[in-house]
Amino acid sequence: MTVAPLQLIVVGHVDHGKSTLIGRLLHELGALPAGKADELRAASERRGVAIEWSFALDAFQAERDQAVTIDTTRVWLRLPQRDIVVIDAPGHREFLANMVSGAAGAEAALLVVDASEGVQEQTRRHAYLLRLLGLEQIAVVVNKLDLVEFSEARFRQLDGATRHFLADLGLTPRLVLPISARHGDNLAAPSANMPWYRGPTLIEALQTFEARASREALPLRLPIQDVYRQGDKRILVGCIESGRLAVGDALLFSPSNKLAEVKTLETWNAPQPAHAVAGQSVGITLDRPLFVERGEIASHQEDPPRLTNVLHATLFWLGAMPLSPGQQLRLELATAEAPVTVERVERVIDTDTLAPGPVEIVQRDQVAEVVLRSRALLALDEHARLPRTGRFVLRANGETVAGGLASLRDHPDQRRAVGLKSENLTRVDHKVTRASRAERFGHRGGILWLTGLSGAGKSTLAMAVEQHLFRRGYTVYVLDGDNVRSGLNANLGFAPEDRVENIRRVGEVAALFADAGILCITAFISPYRADRARARQAGGEAFHEIYIRADLETCERRDPKGLYRRARAGEIAEFTGISAPYEPPESAELIVDTARDPIDACVEQILRYIATSFAITSRA
Amino acid sequence: MDRLEELEAQSIFILREAVNRLQPLAMLWSVGKDSNALLWLARKAFFGRVPFPVILLDTGNEFPEVYQFRDRIIREWGLTYIDAPCPGAEETDPSLPPKARAAARKTLGLKQIIAERGFQGVILGIRRDEQAIRGKERVFSPRDAAGAWNFRHQPPEFWDRFNAEPPPGGHVRVHPLLAWTEIDVWRYVEREGMPVVPLYFARDGRRFRSLGEKDITFPVPSAAATIAEIILELEASREPERAGRAMDHESEDAFERLRAQGYM
Repeated sequence: MTVAPLQLIVVGHVDHGKSTLIGRLLHELGALPAGKADELRAASERRGVAIEWSFALDAFQAERDQAVTIDTTRVWLRLPQRDIVVIDAPGHREFLANMVSGAAGAEAALLVVDASEGVQEQTRRHAYLLRLLGLEQIAVVVNKLDLVEFSEARFRQLDGATRHFLADLGLTPRLVLPISARHGDNLAAPSANMPWYRGPTLIEALQTFEARASREALPLRLPIQDVYRQGDKRILVGCIESGRLAVGDALLFSPSNKLAEVKTLETWNAPQPAHAVAGQSVGITLDRPLFVERGEIASHQEDPPRLTNVLHATLFWLGAMPLSPGQQLRLELATAEAPVTVERVERVIDTDTLAPGPVEIVQRDQVAEVVLRSRALLALDEHARLPRTGRFVLRANGETVAGGLASLRDHPDQRRAVGLKSENLTRVDHKVTRASRAERFGHRGGILWLTGLSGAGKSTLAMAVEQHLFRRGYTVYVLDGDNVRSGLNANLGFAPEDRVENIRRVGEVAALFADAGILCITAFISPYRADRARARQAGGEAFHEIYIRADLETCERRDPKGLYRRARAGEIAEFTGISAPYEPPESAELIVDTARDPIDACVEQILRYIATSFAITSRA
Repeated sequence: MDRLEELEAQSIFILREAVNRLQPLAMLWSVGKDSNALLWLARKAFFGRVPFPVILLDTGNEFPEVYQFRDRIIREWGLTYIDAPCPGAEETDPSLPPKARAAARKTLGLKQIIAERGFQGVILGIRRDEQAIRGKERVFSPRDAAGAWNFRHQPPEFWDRFNAEPPPGGHVRVHPLLAWTEIDVWRYVEREGMPVVPLYFARDGRRFRSLGEKDITFPVPSAAATIAEIILELEASREPERAGRAMDHESEDAFERLRAQGYM
């Protein structure tokens, strides 16, 4: 049984000697193929330079001519205790996409710093990206000590400076080690030129790095890659990203929220196993015919992925064109794909100074925090908890333009609102038609969905409008937040998931009212677009969204229930407008501005809208 | 999971991505150990049935043992086979060194069959450790309409979220074995009990370590007559795998130029 090699990336500023270090390491380990040293010597002589160990890696002509690494490569080091795959990353700013391509798969990093130049722009940028990619196992080599006369003082100075800047990023190097890559000092054997250094050699240090922790103990995530038919069998295939699964396990598929049991683990030319673990590419069959497609994530019922159509993301932007709000991109997370819109850019981080820069536009090679919105529901995890199902790429015009790390932050998980889909429902049709109900009531049924901040005037307007409509002969009823919470939704609190459920129930009840032919007015903050979209889906054509608009300052001044004061005092957590977001409607049927217009005018405006949309007819 | 299990799982994932994302799709099969192992992995990935045709870029100059082995495997494994004849060396880039021109015939044959069948994806069994230029490759590697490899501007590729979108008029090369080394392949051949062309085993003190056309591939000194002996030999060897491939050694840039023009 062979152990997997450790994936090590070598990073640092351009010309600090990354490729030279790896080339020389290969030489020290006797790993260069026979004849390779002569080939390198000849290639170096043709360019009028002393032997360039970097040519062992910089294989492209352009790389050798310009003495610079253009693209990442991988070489094998066979060390006594374990093998290491060394990934050589380009140090030039313009090759950042290549550096990220190399670093994304690494388990440990070696940061190379030039003894005379010290920490430079790309040193900082690379270290920042390592941190972002979750790479915390890091060692620093201070290279080219020969150029500073093997000065201990210079080394001590750089040791301190490097540790200091890494600490700012939250990184602690395991070791800072003085070397001269070109001459092999402190690589395989302690250097006679630096008797003051008593630490391990680089080769000793490399063997202390550890492989990434096993993903088996984490919750199960199996993104479905494809579905194969073999006779009557439907085999779902995919690579287990985390956790383990066994025959007989109940699997929950997200985002469709369907359930089935694992019947078999399929194989070819091998006996069928009873279980499988993270890292394996598997094929499973289920105990019932379930329509599941590529893009779904299978998990256990406990601890499934989150469902959302809004997410916060930390992005590294690799696109040639800048990123700006409103842009449409394709998101690919695990095997799922979905169009997303950039809702806003919250922060741009200058990876050189680590200072936040001007917001709105993100340039190539910048890191930014953004909010993305998708029409379809996405199944994903918090990147900090389950990186492999919490990270994604963005594409535009067929090109990869960004990598991103996802977080829901203050947006609720919408799983409960989606509901488990029972397969055993049969809809029964009413014998009373919608038209005959409209005829009896004199108007069609409908939903007037009032949304807006607390204190915007939703309840006041709803009750006033109800009174007017009732007098005019409408069959009308108001569903109000606090009233509903004392009965139908008495079992719900104010946690994000409870709020989603609160709105889901109101949306469904309002739809039933409308179906019954009644005009239903709802007065709920309903801050999330996703929730309102679901209510609209339940209500269909009968749904009318009315945005009761008032700025936060006005609402806070009104504060009819004293809630803002308490929220400011920290007594109410996640209060909309203060500590939780309000997402204004994008295309409300009607906007009523209570900050600008007096209450009577607002009531009048809504009544006029109703008169045109739900005209009352004289009864026959 | 041990190293071979990890490599196998990753290659199967890549093959399944290719089949899902790129159609029509084909695989190059030189009948050598690597593309043979790849075919074996495809049988695992798709539960016995290889769901794409396999292409031999046929110069007519392969060793007889290669043709015999090919015929046997096609029959036994139920493969859909495409024979892609390669144009003569006189049609290749005249500025290339002579042995490289012989190899460039395969580039032309490949371009022809891609144009004829409209393949959007081609799966190949190349590995990073074979050759430094191949070390720079991506798993999903786009080729433009002329079949050329723009190695200066390779797209970013990370987290196994491969970009399967071919450039306009072009195709995507898929490399499921990039992370494997020569010795990994042999250990896998041994573990799986997979058949290989007998030319790999030493006869009269020589064996083929890498298989190519008759006139530009030479056997290297070796006493390894079994898979176990080949593995032992490789564990100790510092000789490069492609030492017997004449085209790699004519000039410093020969292989880069071949690959930039579309060679495997």
